[in-house]
Amino acid sequence: MKTFLMKSYTFLVFFFLYAPIITLMVFSFNESKSRGTWDGFTLKWYAELFRDSQIGSALYYTILVAIIASIFATVLGTIAAIGIHNMRGIPKTMAINVTYFPMLSPDIVMGISLMLLFIFVKLNLGFLTMLLAHITFNLPFVIFSVLPKLRQLNDDTYDAALDLGATPYEAYKKVILPQISPGIITGFLLAFTMSIDDFVVSFFTTGSGVSNLAITIYSMARRGINPKINALLTLMFIFIMAILIFVNYRMAKDKGKEEREMN
Amino acid sequence: MKRKLLAAPYLVWMVIFTIVPLILVFYFGLFESGPDGIYFTTEHIKRVFEPIYLKVIVRSLWLAFISTVVCLILGYPMAMILASKVLKMRDILVVLFVLPMWMNFLARTYAWMTLLENNGLINQFLTFLHLPTLNILYTDKAVVLGMVYNFLPFMVLPIYSVLRKLDSSLLEAAQDLGATPIKTFIKVIFPLSLSGVASGIIMVFMPAVTTFVISRLLGGGQYMLIGNLIEQQFLTTGDWGFGSSLSLILMFLLLITMGIMSKTDKDQEGGRLW
Repeated sequence: MKTFLMKSYTFLVFFFLYAPIITLMVFSFNESKSRGTWDGFTLKWYAELFRDSQIGSALYYTILVAIIASIFATVLGTIAAIGIHNMRGIPKTMAINVTYFPMLSPDIVMGISLMLLFIFVKLNLGFLTMLLAHITFNLPFVIFSVLPKLRQLNDDTYDAALDLGATPYEAYKKVILPQISPGIITGFLLAFTMSIDDFVVSFFTTGSGVSNLAITIYSMARRGINPKINALLTLMFIFIMAILIFVNYRMAKDKGKEEREMN
Repeated sequence: MKRKLLAAPYLVWMVIFTIVPLILVFYFGLFESGPDGIYFTTEHIKRVFEPIYLKVIVRSLWLAFISTVVCLILGYPMAMILASKVLKMRDILVVLFVLPMWMNFLARTYAWMTLLENNGLINQFLTFLHLPTLNILYTDKAVVLGMVYNFLPFMVLPIYSVLRKLDSSLLEAAQDLGATPIKTFIKVIFPLSLSGVASGIIMVFMPAVTTFVISRLLGGGQYMLIGNLIEQQFLTTGDWGFGSSLSLILMFLLLITMGIMSKTDKDQEGGRLW
């Protein structure tokens, strides 16, 4: 009886979570514009999606910003993580807290405060400002992915490399980097996903005709319902899922490897 | 070469892009520049407490509060089920529970827009069953529904992670000492899970208070929530002073909430999402 109740409750909650998303996806293949009735299978909304120049431009900016921001954040963040790892005491605590800060502050506050900064220094809101904002919220994801890897590292290997005549730069490149690279790649992929998915911060920090997919969806949704949005959201979800499955697969593989090494 | 200096460029970046912007919010919210230079003013802050704006703030807090309570009521049993060993495939269920969070939150909100429509799927179904139709789109009810739908996993996950770590010998001890299941729950399980509950409350309440998208897409009117009001000041009205004051009040309210909750969450066991 108890198990039956638990099963039914679980079923209801999962139904609540999944039914809307699945409906949204299914209706992206619906022949008519109606959201209440099924009028046959079609791919025409997807075709229209690819013909829409506004969405095309949004897609271009979304991917361009995501690539540049995540690469930049990965490089700066990895270097910073090495620095933070070597800090001690209060400076270290402060550096970590500064890193938590963007993750804890509400999106809207981050968005409007960055907007104020850009306008204050007379930077025109557009591609560059959106990019700077994305780098800022991506950095913590990279740092918190790389730091644990650095902690697992045996510091003696670095010293050994130096003793054997490597320069500090060579020691990092040949000894440290290969060992922390899983963390770096995970951080990069997380940053990339965050960037693709971001709406609020981009919304406040962009301007002059530059918009990303999320902003385009928001302005379309504000005007009413449109099956093209369903199609676009379905594609975005599949894309993000693919990245996440890849990240998880890597993490699982990594974990497996560690366990094997421990035994 | 001092290795810790490697963090310097990053720290400079964070000061420029997180600390300085925050100082600007304080500056615009609390200061005014006139012909005789910059002076302190409470004018913007005072406006926040005018009845029409105060009403918006109270409504934001109220809707966020209701959503948090609903999430707690729905989420706690779910977390208990996920943490118990009764159901098979528990690990898969946990993954499936997290999965919708990776769908863009605009998508999750938009999905409800289409479902709640006058001739949306829900009403078609109700009509089919000869039941009265549901017309809650563009009301507070739809906003609460949107919040619960978007933020429920944030409540379940921290509670789940605390419950899972719970020492089962404590529960056995309670039973051996003659406690009924309900008494065990009230006296043992719930008090021990409070840190997770506190994290869950913060993680639901914070985004619920600050959202402007859910209220814009599912709620009616323009001045729905404090988030909409802030958005309006920065993107339409251009009143940065008032917008900054509203943001300061919002941050203040969130700090209070986090302060109260972290008292409960003494050992920070609630576990972050990351």
